[in-house]
Amino acid sequence: MINYAWLIPLLPTIAALINGLFGRKYMRRHYSDYIATGAVMTSFLISLIIFFEVVSGSKLNVNYWDWIVSGDLHISFGFLIDPLTAIMLLVVTGISSLVHLYSIGYMHDDDGYYRFFTYLSMFTVSMLILIMGNNYLLMFFGWEGVGLCSYLLIGFWFEKKSAGDAAKKAFVTNRVGDLGFVLGLFLLVSQFGTLDYEQVFQLAPTHLTTGVATAITLLLFVGATAKSAQIPLYTWLPDAMEGPTPVSALIHAATMVTAGVYMVARSHVIYSMAPATMELIAVVGAITALFAATIAIAQNDIKRIVAYSTVSQLGYMFMGLGLGAYTAGVYHLFTHAFFKACLFLGCGSVIHALSGEQDIRRMGGLFPHIKLTAITFLIAALANAGIFPFAGFFSKDEILWAAFSGGHYVIWGIGAAAAFCSAFYMFRLYFVTFTGESRVDHHVAHHIHESPSVMTGPLVLLAFLAATVGALALPPGNGFIHHFLGNVFGAHEHDVKGIAAEFFHKFAALATGEPTAHGHLLEYFMMLVSLGIALSGIGLAYLMYYKKIEALNPETLSERFRLVHQTLLNKYWVDELYDFLFVNPTKKAGIELWEFDGKVVDGAVNGTSWIVLIKAEITDFLDKYVVDGTVNGLALFVDIKSRVLRRMQTGDAQNYALVMLLGVVFIMGVYYFY
Amino acid sequence: MATQEHYLVLSAILFAIGAIGVLVRRNAIVIFMCIELMLNAVNISLVAFSKQMDSMDGQVFVFFIMTVAAAEAAIGLAIMVSLFRNKETLNVDEINLMKW
Repeated sequence: MINYAWLIPLLPTIAALINGLFGRKYMRRHYSDYIATGAVMTSFLISLIIFFEVVSGSKLNVNYWDWIVSGDLHISFGFLIDPLTAIMLLVVTGISSLVHLYSIGYMHDDDGYYRFFTYLSMFTVSMLILIMGNNYLLMFFGWEGVGLCSYLLIGFWFEKKSAGDAAKKAFVTNRVGDLGFVLGLFLLVSQFGTLDYEQVFQLAPTHLTTGVATAITLLLFVGATAKSAQIPLYTWLPDAMEGPTPVSALIHAATMVTAGVYMVARSHVIYSMAPATMELIAVVGAITALFAATIAIAQNDIKRIVAYSTVSQLGYMFMGLGLGAYTAGVYHLFTHAFFKACLFLGCGSVIHALSGEQDIRRMGGLFPHIKLTAITFLIAALANAGIFPFAGFFSKDEILWAAFSGGHYVIWGIGAAAAFCSAFYMFRLYFVTFTGESRVDHHVAHHIHESPSVMTGPLVLLAFLAATVGALALPPGNGFIHHFLGNVFGAHEHDVKGIAAEFFHKFAALATGEPTAHGHLLEYFMMLVSLGIALSGIGLAYLMYYKKIEALNPETLSERFRLVHQTLLNKYWVDELYDFLFVNPTKKAGIELWEFDGKVVDGAVNGTSWIVLIKAEITDFLDKYVVDGTVNGLALFVDIKSRVLRRMQTGDAQNYALVMLLGVVFIMGVYYFY
Repeated sequence: MATQEHYLVLSAILFAIGAIGVLVRRNAIVIFMCIELMLNAVNISLVAFSKQMDSMDGQVFVFFIMTVAAAEAAIGLAIMVSLFRNKETLNVDEINLMKW
């Protein structure tokens, strides 16, 4: 089956083509969803079979055809399927299938129904090519493809100005990152003359100096910060919530934004050669995790809270990658995909139930009305907060453990603080939305309804997965996922280890009296610590928003810490800062250039045309009076002459005969006398 | 005895009379007759040369010319008739359509 891997991206391609070309005119409303959903579900089944084949040791690296041949540079169109790709395949096709299903219900009454499914299929194809390609150019192809589809889907309701603006913001921000990515690719080509993963990774250890490796990895990471919404290019992701909610779940939570994580994990050979970049990634990831988590605390838009949570969780993934814990990073990607997709789809279900309301201040007490949504949301929130035994706990904890055991205590501290915030904002969201008194508008309140089963089905499935996929990582550090991904990352795993790790290993060995314990006891202890942190976050949210203890009244607290609250509510004014630093100067420069264009360039053009106009006037004069004068003069001359000459033509044959005779006489005379 | 020269002089005189007649007379029929005169003047010179050169070629030419002249007379007179029917005159000064 693995040899039929090309079917996986092909099926959604066909679906996208059919829906895109014929959807508007020829298909009745409910054919486009059958086609798109059927295609992506078939792809999911194939992916599942391939996953099990990969588990049992299969691998695929095949070039189908030469894509670009230019001089020495050969780039093929080919697929690589190894454990990393197999896991990503499951995530992408799995979540995509569920989101397709969910969209059937969610987008039911939308006029752009066929358009939505076309974009969704296109996105799936791009993402599949991104993860399946066996060279960097194919990855870049997918990278740009998902960027385009993201743009199209954020701006899906383009008649809304905010949606159009958000789409543009996402696109432009991603261009900034793409520039870095492309420069990284150029550097790779100049170093290796190839972009094929296998060749690059084979040559890298011998051909690359640390400096060049650092340059390449930094440039590629610039691309990742834009695509995966890390500081400083994260601002587009919260705005991207203008798109339909299934899109937020698929693209802006589960798949596209993890492309950066996949890229770093895929390039781990090069990244491991550049400790400076690794350090930077870990720091950026950690800061992003905390930064976004703190913003999420003060937001009031249900989707934006989850969006900032996504940014924060992506920060965790990068933190893990930067610490050399590739498996933990990718594993967090895997678990995050399920619980975050579940959260977003849950948000969608809430919004659906409340006829479009997104502000949590106008929700509350929804639990009895939409039980299924609430329960699945709770499970996903527990996973996001990192509560045992839900999936998020294991993956987040592995990353924190990697930080702690590697001796990066500051990063661990930031990560732990972010974990506290995550638990707090997640349950603030849960309590404010689903419990307490209803603050719903009257005209909305009387038709609150649970979503149709085509929407709750995916929710239940995702919640189930969010609750259980943690089992893949048991026992800690030695589970299925570690062995499976260990095939890919191998010796590069945990390359970055501090001295403190050694110390702790020894300490643990002393404490347990077992020299081979390898700090497992400590790991379990740290698990308890992070569990405690998460629980205390939930506890605080419980006291503030469920019990509503007077000492912890949110309003009085926000009044007392007004500056802090305002800072968080306004997202640290980063958007304003960027507007001030980049957007407005660019706009101003644009306007000035426009004026320059209007005055100088247009002036020059108009001046030239003015000169031409005058020249034309002169030429016109010359033509009229000189050229035409000559011609008419000649004609007049001929006319006057002919008035005289035509008198010779008398019409009298005898005259002619006489002239003839005279002529004959003349000629004969000439002959005779000369 | 009439010599070659006599014939040629006669021919020349007749031709000159014919030519002058063509140029100066006004009656189309007279002009036509003058043309016949010129033709016959040429015939005389041809016969004269034929005799002097002891060749029959000239006389053969004469026959042809007389035949053509007969045909021409027929057509010419027909033209005169139709001309007269149209213009009621045969004065060539009044028949001057061939001009600007």
